[in-house]
Amino acid sequence: MGMVKDPERVEAIADNIADAREVKGRSLWQDAMGRFVHNKAAVGSVIILAGILLFTIVGPYFAVWSNEEIDWARMANVADVGQPSYENGHFFGLDSIGRDLYSRTIQGTLTSLMVGVVGASVAVVIGTLYGAISGFVGGWIDNAMMRTVDILIAIPYMFVIILLMVIFERSLIMLFVGIGLFSWLDMSRIVRGQTLALKHKEFIEAARAAGVGWFVIVVRHIMPNLMGVVVVYATLLVPGMIMAESFISFLGLGVQEPNTSLGALISDGAGTIMYDQIWQLAIPLTFFLTIVISLFFIGDGLRDALDPKDR
Amino acid sequence: MLNYVIRRLLVAVPTLLILIIICFYLMQTAPGGPFTSERPLPPQVLANIEAKYGLDQPHYKQLYNYVVGIVTQFDFGPSYQYKDRSVNDIISQGFPVTLTYGFISFVVATIVGVSLGVIAAIRHNTALDYIAVGATFSAQALPNFVMAPILIYVFTLKLGLLPGGGWNGGQWQYLIMPVIALSTSFFASVARITRSSMLEVLNSNFIRTARAKGLPETTIIWRHALKPTLMPVVSYLGPAFVGMITGSVVIDIYFSTGGIGRFYVNSALNRDYAVMLGLTILYGGLTVLFNLLTDLLYAWLDPKIRY
Repeated sequence: MGMVKDPERVEAIADNIADAREVKGRSLWQDAMGRFVHNKAAVGSVIILAGILLFTIVGPYFAVWSNEEIDWARMANVADVGQPSYENGHFFGLDSIGRDLYSRTIQGTLTSLMVGVVGASVAVVIGTLYGAISGFVGGWIDNAMMRTVDILIAIPYMFVIILLMVIFERSLIMLFVGIGLFSWLDMSRIVRGQTLALKHKEFIEAARAAGVGWFVIVVRHIMPNLMGVVVVYATLLVPGMIMAESFISFLGLGVQEPNTSLGALISDGAGTIMYDQIWQLAIPLTFFLTIVISLFFIGDGLRDALDPKDR
Repeated sequence: MLNYVIRRLLVAVPTLLILIIICFYLMQTAPGGPFTSERPLPPQVLANIEAKYGLDQPHYKQLYNYVVGIVTQFDFGPSYQYKDRSVNDIISQGFPVTLTYGFISFVVATIVGVSLGVIAAIRHNTALDYIAVGATFSAQALPNFVMAPILIYVFTLKLGLLPGGGWNGGQWQYLIMPVIALSTSFFASVARITRSSMLEVLNSNFIRTARAKGLPETTIIWRHALKPTLMPVVSYLGPAFVGMITGSVVIDIYFSTGGIGRFYVNSALNRDYAVMLGLTILYGGLTVLFNLLTDLLYAWLDPKIRY
């Protein structure tokens, strides 16, 4: 034992081994979490996004004016007295017809976030299930399901959504339906590819040998293993949905008054820039860009954290 | 290759048919016929008008006539709102404009995007690379409807350099802002795809071999690395084109360029279903055609794909 310099440490290690104390293992998600936390841009974006969300929840309690009220005293001269001001309670100024932009921005932000989250959720639920079943079942069913996606994906969805909005009433529900119809297509392709890779792994074979039915295998064994890809793609889908909604609202074909969205507010603001009412464009635009860029950063951070291939 | 072309066509045709069928039946479910107005027409007159447009026939027959009209005569049908203007008139009037700035934007986005991506990849992890990555990252968040008002505010209202709208036969002053607005988010995406693809290619074995042979760096980039780099870019061109077609609607509205988009949105706001149907199918046809072309280009370029 002469060569051991630190007999106490050796003893401690021996104790550890005797007690069968293990080094605590880290799961894939803990590992990913650790990497995500070190990504400054992504963490900053999460904080900013949480701040905006908090603002849409708490903001209304500080509003002096509602989103529908018209400030009759100032509406005739919005360019001069409609600027953002703390004194008269219009923190973000007035819009072109004299409504409080503060309340309208909160409402619009909430609508846009909702569209993004609902669109992405539909994509996650339908896309994951569809892709996983298609990939797992295989054969002619897989072929038929994927050819259907091929056909649907080639349809310029924006025009179909606009058609839906024009023919049926222009409501939030219709917008959700329209966006939900198309948002899951890419997701189903991605998930199918991942499922094909997983399908012949040993643990799936073990489940099969144990007599587990195919639907249970898909839901209980395949889908949890797809979550990494799904989470990354869903995060990147949210800004896409927000942009799609804003596009439709910008054309004046989206949500209807008195409801509003960031796209509709940007459209309003873009219509009045020649009258020196630039805040009407700048404020909703700032919210839009902040949300979209933050989501990009978060999605990127998640991809770096969850996809070991890119490291 | 021929086999592959035929197979792709077999997907493209049903895609178009399904689009037509969906749109056609959506229109049928729309509340009110094209000739319902506040003061109802006498039933005899209504019947006559409907007979003229073939609306008294059963739906499937109308659909059949419509599809046959498009295929055999390229006839997208009449406008029920403006008797003197058919969908074909709108197309012949607006399409050249949309096509002009759309094509220029497409070329600009591709060339600028690829160059930026290649430069960023060659100068990987230098200040230039970081600037390019940062710029493209933010530019992706700038879709056409955000760029358009910003451009007009800066270049027309503040600097007074460019006309705020109009077409004027496509003079270059009138083209600049539509092209920038339409191409920004796409050149950003192209640049990002090019950069990551180039980085991957530059790390591959055949580039190391070329370096070991002592080839100059420019030859390596131009002769060896560029072609495989462009493969993912080519497959992005399809979606990019669709995005530009869609974006042209915003350009036509905001810059008053006189392209199809203005008619499209007006028909949507006026519930001129016939025009909406015709233009949606036109946009859809362009999409399918272009997706087909990029797929074929991809298959032709990529030696690994042989069908």
